[in-house]
Parts: sequence; C-alpha cells; structure tokens
Amino acid sequence: MNRIKNAFRNQKAFIAFLTAGDPIPQKTVEYILEMEKAGASLIEIGIPFSDPVAEGPIIQEANLRALKQGITPNQVFDIVQAVRQVSNIPICLMTYLNPVFHYGYERFFQKCQNVGVDGIIIPDCPFEESHEVKDISKKYQVHFIHMIAPTSKERVLQIAKEAQGFIYLVSSMGVTGVRESFSSNLSAIVNTIRSVTDTPVAVGFGIHSPEQVQKISQIADGIIVGSAIVDIIKIYGENAHQPLHQYVKKMIND
Amino acid sequence: METGRYGIHGGQYIPETLMNEIHKIEDTYEYYKNNKDFQDELSQLLNEYAGRPSLLYYAKKMTEDLGGAKVYLKREDLNHTGSHKINNVLGQVLMAKKMGKTRVIAETGAGQHGVATATAAALLGLKCEIFMGKEDTDRQSLNVYRMKLLGAQVHSVTTGTMTLKDAVNEAMREWTKRIDDTLYVLGSVMGPHPFPMIVRDFQSIISKEARKQIFEYEGKLPTAVIACVGGGSNAMGIFYHFINDPVQLIGCEAAGKGVDTALNAATINTGTLGIFHGMKSYFCQDENGQIAPVYSISAGLDYPGIGPEHAHLYDTKRAQYVPITDDEAVEAFEYIAKTEGIICAIESAHAIAYAKKYVPTLSSDDVVIICLSGRGDKDVAAIAKYRGIDIHE
Repeated sequence: MNRIKNAFRNQKAFIAFLTAGDPIPQKTVEYILEMEKAGASLIEIGIPFSDPVAEGPIIQEANLRALKQGITPNQVFDIVQAVRQVSNIPICLMTYLNPVFHYGYERFFQKCQNVGVDGIIIPDCPFEESHEVKDISKKYQVHFIHMIAPTSKERVLQIAKEAQGFIYLVSSMGVTGVRESFSSNLSAIVNTIRSVTDTPVAVGFGIHSPEQVQKISQIADGIIVGSAIVDIIKIYGENAHQPLHQYVKKMIND
Repeated sequence: METGRYGIHGGQYIPETLMNEIHKIEDTYEYYKNNKDFQDELSQLLNEYAGRPSLLYYAKKMTEDLGGAKVYLKREDLNHTGSHKINNVLGQVLMAKKMGKTRVIAETGAGQHGVATATAAALLGLKCEIFMGKEDTDRQSLNVYRMKLLGAQVHSVTTGTMTLKDAVNEAMREWTKRIDDTLYVLGSVMGPHPFPMIVRDFQSIISKEARKQIFEYEGKLPTAVIACVGGGSNAMGIFYHFINDPVQLIGCEAAGKGVDTALNAATINTGTLGIFHGMKSYFCQDENGQIAPVYSISAGLDYPGIGPEHAHLYDTKRAQYVPITDDEAVEAFEYIAKTEGIICAIESAHAIAYAKKYVPTLSSDDVVIICLSGRGDKDVAAIAKYRGIDIHE
C-alpha cells in the first residue's frame, strides 16, 4: 500500500527534503529518522544530479557535495531500505529525468517498489512528457507527483485531474531557495485544484520560517521545506541531528 | 512526425513554470513564420545590417593544394559580428520585440552567440544579459568586453564545470525567475521544442543561399557539405536545404585530446542517449546518467550534447559525424590562414581539418562546401598559447 496518504491524514503535512549522500549516506538515514521524530510526515530524498536546473545555489551545492562522495542511485535505494528497516514514513524520491532514464525506467521503479519508495518528483518531466514514466511508475505503485506552478493557468485543471499522491504546488517563480514572498495567486490555484480532485496539495519552494508555514497551511494541505534543511546540513555536516530536530519541530509547532 | 520530435529525439523536458511560456513562443513563432511583414523586416535586417547573403567563395589555393574535390567556403565569418550566430539572433530578438518583451537573456560558449545577441539587442532596443562560464570568460575575454561595449551585462558562471553547459543551466534558471518581460534567446539547435526548430529555420538561410550559389557556379549539387558541430546550429543551417538532395552531410565534432580519452566533447562518437536541457538526444555522460565534464580547445564546441535533429540525422544515417582533435583543428587553423589568408574560428577549423583529410579522396568532378562558421580573431591568443607563445591581449 502506498504510504503517501498517511502524511496528510488528520494533519497538515510537513514534507522535509534532503539530498541523499550529503554529507554521507549513513547520515542521510539518520537525518531522515531524526526529522521523523521531530514530526516530519513525509520525506523527499533528492537523488543528486550533476546539473540540477530547477535548483538554487543551496541545493545545487548539496548535489555536488554528494556526487563528490560518489553517490549513485543504488546507494540512494540502500538509504531508503535502511530507513524502511525501522520506519514507515512516506518517502518520495526527487531527481531529474536523466538519471532515471539511464538507470532504466522499468528497473528504477521496480527497485523503488522493492525498497519502499512511495512517490517520485521529476521537475524536468512536465505533464506533456509524463508518458515517459507514468505507466511504469503506476505498475510498481509509485505515485508520479505532478507539479503545478503560478504560471500554469489553464493547465491547472488538466494536471490536477491526473494527480496522484499529492500535488506539488510551486510557490513562486524561479528555482528552489529560501525566499520571503510567494506568488499572490496560490489560494486561487488551490481552489481550482480542489474543484476537480481530492488529492492533497503541498506547497514548496522558498518556505523557511514558521510564519510562512502558518500562512501556507491556511490554504494548502502541506508544506515542503528543502533549501532551509539542506542549509542546516551544510552548516553542521555530520552533526546536524539536533539542529535539524529543533528546526523541524519549530516549523511544525510555532 | 510528432511536433517537436525528430524520431525519438527532441521534446519539451522543462519545469512546469516554463510550459505556458514555451507554448506561447511556439504559437508566436508559427504566426510570424508565415507573416510577410515579419519576414520582410527580418530579410532587411539580414541583408542591410548583417551583410547577407554571405559569399560562397571558391578556395582555389586550397583546392590545388589538397588535390581532389573543388573546395568552396560558405563565408559566415564575414557576417556582422563575425559568425553565423547573427542569423538566428536577429530572428529571435525581432520576435522578442513583437512579443512585447523588453529583455533578452542568452548563454554563450565562445562568446559568439553572446556578442550576436548583445548586438541585436542594442540595435532593436532591448536589455540584454549574457551567461557565460567562468572558464570561457577567462579564455574569451575579448568577447566579454565586446558584449559589455554593446551594452550587455555579462554573468560569469561559476557553477559546475564553468563552461557552456553551466551557462545554459544558469540561463534556464534565470528564465524561470522572470518570463513576463524576458525571452531566452537560445543559441543553438538545442533545448526544448520549439527552439531546435526556430534556430534551425533561422540558420537554414545558410543552405538556402549556398544551394542557389553552387548551382550558379557549378551548375550542380555539391558532393558533400561539411560543418563543425557543438550544439549544431551552423551545421543544421548548412545541411537543411540539402537534406532531400543526394549530398553527403558531414558534421565535425570536437574530439579534444582524442575520443579514446575523457577529454573530448564528441557527443555522437562518445555519448549515449539521454534527456537533458529540455531535450532527448545524445549526451556525454557517465554510467549513472551524470552529465560528463567535456573538453575542447574550442569554447564553442565544448558542450556535452547535440541538437535533437542531428541525433535523428545520425540515427537514420542521413548525416555522419566525425571526431576532430585539438591538434588537427589547430593545424587546420594555421593551414587556412597561410593557404587562403583567412583566420577562421577554431570551431570552423574542425570542419577544415576534416576537409583536409576527405577532399584528397575525391575526384576533380566533386565539389565540397565547407561552412566557415566564424572568424578567428577571438582565438588568436589561445592558439598562440597552444604553440607556447605568450601574447598579451
């Protein structure tokens, strides 16, 4: 059974992103479990890619740090497997299409199912190109998470109708990274989405403060925090357990 | 064939944020493609500003020296700004203006596309920002200053390998931040649809002219056309109107230190199928699908991918793609300078290098056209350095 819906059951989902292998694979496992303890309801694990065009500098650098360690997709699957030994937290992988294509779609999603991955987010695979992986991911019960952006306009309905798992609503223009303000039409987009689907909507890109969590929680079913978490890992390296715990807790409870 | 696809290649693999904008560009282009006023305005710019049509020059000395086919050079180096890049940017920047955009952004490798874009933006009154890898701003400092003179802002890109692919990454990131007033003027036949088509169409004027010119001079089709290929815009330009003719199409890739080393950018010869920069095509990449750091003496060919239409021409065996090393290119650079009195771009020298090997195997009945895509002033200091001579620019 796919675990994603558990993240949204009776609560606003706090989705925590981190880059696999930054600083080392063992720490990724520990940090995931630590953030779960602090209240994270879904974990998004980035498979590093050499050229992450949808990322701002913070996550770009994390990708490069992880790649320098020689991290491979198989090691990322090992990380998921290690987490699954002790935890049932919903897990989505986030990466670019090329590493998945290169691994082989069939092999990749079969592996996802084997180790317990619940969803996949691929920012360079828009609706029009989702044919690449949609049938195969479905076959292995991995939800293909669609993204919707402030510029999606009439595409919102088209995409929302096909949604599975949750919808990743991009908060604003541009790439990932901490920012202070979001697109003014988020609430209208969420209403449009809700007119055609019950699939939960989580907002990501730029969210880093409890005040923002408060605000976004009023309109969406969940929030996604990436760069702020990756930045903590950058600062504290292999000793980020406590700072991550405190940060996640603060974001959820404040 | 499905729109935006070339066989299995092409497509639109870009973030959702850009999708509506890219559809808008598609629609805008389809409209202006057949709009007489737009085409007249573009023709006027190309003829009266850029200096088209470019010469098809009979390289008599080279022909005699190589002893084989008759050699013609399509002199894109004589265009305003010194390369074929102006053909595409005049079209795209004019289109940007018609779309109501006030700002253009572009990536550049050698700086040729950056200079051309800055030029067109200056002429047509748009703001211009250029993204260029730090390694390239260092080795092409003359072009950086040129762009600044033309009023453009140049961003030196320090991420990744700090070359052309990283410049494309940064330009794409900038584009997702700001699409309302900005058009990303892509410089090659790459990226998401419709860019490979738009750039090819604007560059196809090269073969449109060359085909007519060769019939005037020789009364027949050439045996082969030869061009250098990075992303592949000058090659697509000179191939296009010959695709349905019995003419050999030969693209010359940058083999750097050799295709048996890691230091090359010969995508067709050493790459594999992948999805990157908005397109499915061939890319230099490792066993995990990470894009490989590529190398060439030529900043303009130093790119790990190739346009999707080239990938398709290769798949269908309609065109062939040969590797040319740094050594061969530098030797050809010096050769054409001494033989024909032409200092060509190091990119174009890759095509000359292959012609030097290929032309002698043909007969005097054969005719070969080489696309001389750009002039080589920008490369003089680097070639001197390659030969161990330090000249201060």
